[in-house]
Amino acid sequence: MSIQELSIEKIREGLLKKEFSATEIADAALKEIEQWEPSIRAFLTITPELARQQAKAVDENIAKGQNPPLLAGVPCSVKDAILVEGVRCTAGSRMLENFVAPYDATVIKKIKGAGGMIVGKTNIDEFGMGASTENSAFGPTRNPWDSERVPGGSSGGSAASVAAGESIVSLGEDTGGSIRQPASFCGIVGLKPTYGAVSRAGVIALASSLDQVGPFAKTVADAEILFQVIAGKDPADSTSVESEIQNSKFEIRNLRIGVPSEYFGEGLDPKVEELTRGTIQKFQAAGAKIVELTLPHTKYALAAYYVINTSEASANLARYDGIRYGLSKDADDILGAYLSSRGEGLGAEVKRRIMLGTYALSAGYYDAYYLKAQKIRTLLKQDFETAFQAVDVIMGPVSPILPFALGEKTNDPLAMYLADVYTVPVNMTGLPGISLPAGKVGNLPVGLQVIAPAFREDLLFRVGKTLENL
Amino acid sequence: MISKEQVKHIAKLARLQLKEEEVARYQQDLSQILDYFGILREVNTKDVEPMTHSVKLESVSREDIPARERPEVIQRLIQLFPAAKEGFLKVKAIFSFK
Repeated sequence: MSIQELSIEKIREGLLKKEFSATEIADAALKEIEQWEPSIRAFLTITPELARQQAKAVDENIAKGQNPPLLAGVPCSVKDAILVEGVRCTAGSRMLENFVAPYDATVIKKIKGAGGMIVGKTNIDEFGMGASTENSAFGPTRNPWDSERVPGGSSGGSAASVAAGESIVSLGEDTGGSIRQPASFCGIVGLKPTYGAVSRAGVIALASSLDQVGPFAKTVADAEILFQVIAGKDPADSTSVESEIQNSKFEIRNLRIGVPSEYFGEGLDPKVEELTRGTIQKFQAAGAKIVELTLPHTKYALAAYYVINTSEASANLARYDGIRYGLSKDADDILGAYLSSRGEGLGAEVKRRIMLGTYALSAGYYDAYYLKAQKIRTLLKQDFETAFQAVDVIMGPVSPILPFALGEKTNDPLAMYLADVYTVPVNMTGLPGISLPAGKVGNLPVGLQVIAPAFREDLLFRVGKTLENL
Repeated sequence: MISKEQVKHIAKLARLQLKEEEVARYQQDLSQILDYFGILREVNTKDVEPMTHSVKLESVSREDIPARERPEVIQRLIQLFPAAKEGFLKVKAIFSFK
């Protein structure tokens, strides 16, 4: 049994047929991690005891003849911004370098309840701020396809761990593309669910009106199973909503695919464009209807996004003051303690964004920035609502560029922000979006983004499974 | 272009200590990004309602019954305190009388 060949379904079959045990799978995953880590550094904390303990529980239940739950024996890695009780959770920051999570995030409780085996916490851009995982205070993760290149971010470690086969699935979090872009860069499936579909309780917040936890996997089927495990209304997250599982009758010849002109304009690498259009044409060849359309406010989405992201981040990160937990520096007085704990604990990009947000929300600027950006969200939402009257899904590239080299964009924050141009409108409008492997330029993966109306993840999964067979 | 004084003021509001060398760097970065935000002025948003959340929810509430937290969790929370005394969190004086 090679762990590289396994899927959630194959693991379930193998466990039931007694071809292997969950403990053997845990050991195989941990071995894979040992082999890959020196070259890619996807993990910040590896949790062999936890994984083996969970494996043992699965094996014991199967021996008793019990029906294995949905994720039985499935090695799962977790973005280091999602709390796993008793395990260090750093958010990629010195501020939380020694912070041990006091409780499980709701999504983790669900994964544990479904028999999943948590193999470790993966590397992230500090507090989720970045598109390359280079902003981690603990060093970057490298792309398994080319170790001189980035895996994307901010959930770069998660994507890399699945692409390398260190885990079968991973949990990431997406605020402006942080699942979809690394999925694209690493050649795997990554879903950002509809805002509210998955609980954010126990997830280190970046921008509360944008953040969503979602699955990474090698196949659409695996991403779908993990999504079903983690989705659901949670009393601990008042922004969570129960989403009805839709079971659409899906036929490719009835599918209307919207292709926005704004997603194929200036700044898009011609090779990425070619591969993306070629992939969309495969759907057309299979009978789907392609509809050219426009999402007129797209060009304002990125600026509006960064106003909201930085504003909400400045509020969410105010809690890192060295008082109740985290890095705590001593000083003569309390103000001094705040200044030096935060000064030392938080990295450059984090400070940049906190300051931008503080400025945007300050007296005299609130209307011009934050309120304005909130109004642009409404306009973006209207663009999509109009589009979805004519089409079922919208397709385009995930990233305007191929996976770039480590260090290439670290000196220009704004250049790094531009990497998010196609992904942010989806967070701004709360819609679900998926990145599907669309092929490679050389050995560099490219992802196709598919966007659906709110709570229509089912359409994304059906489209994704169709693509896997085209 | 924002001034160095504005950068220092914002840093103080955000309780971030910046080294003197860093101020110039942040001044440059913030100015560049705020310039980029200027594109938002092009959009006519008169009569557009702001969207605070993508999901239409109103006044989500629950019964005012406190939930008991597990003792292990409470222990872990106390262990995280940088400074503690008899299970209480210790902080520097908020108000000092000089």
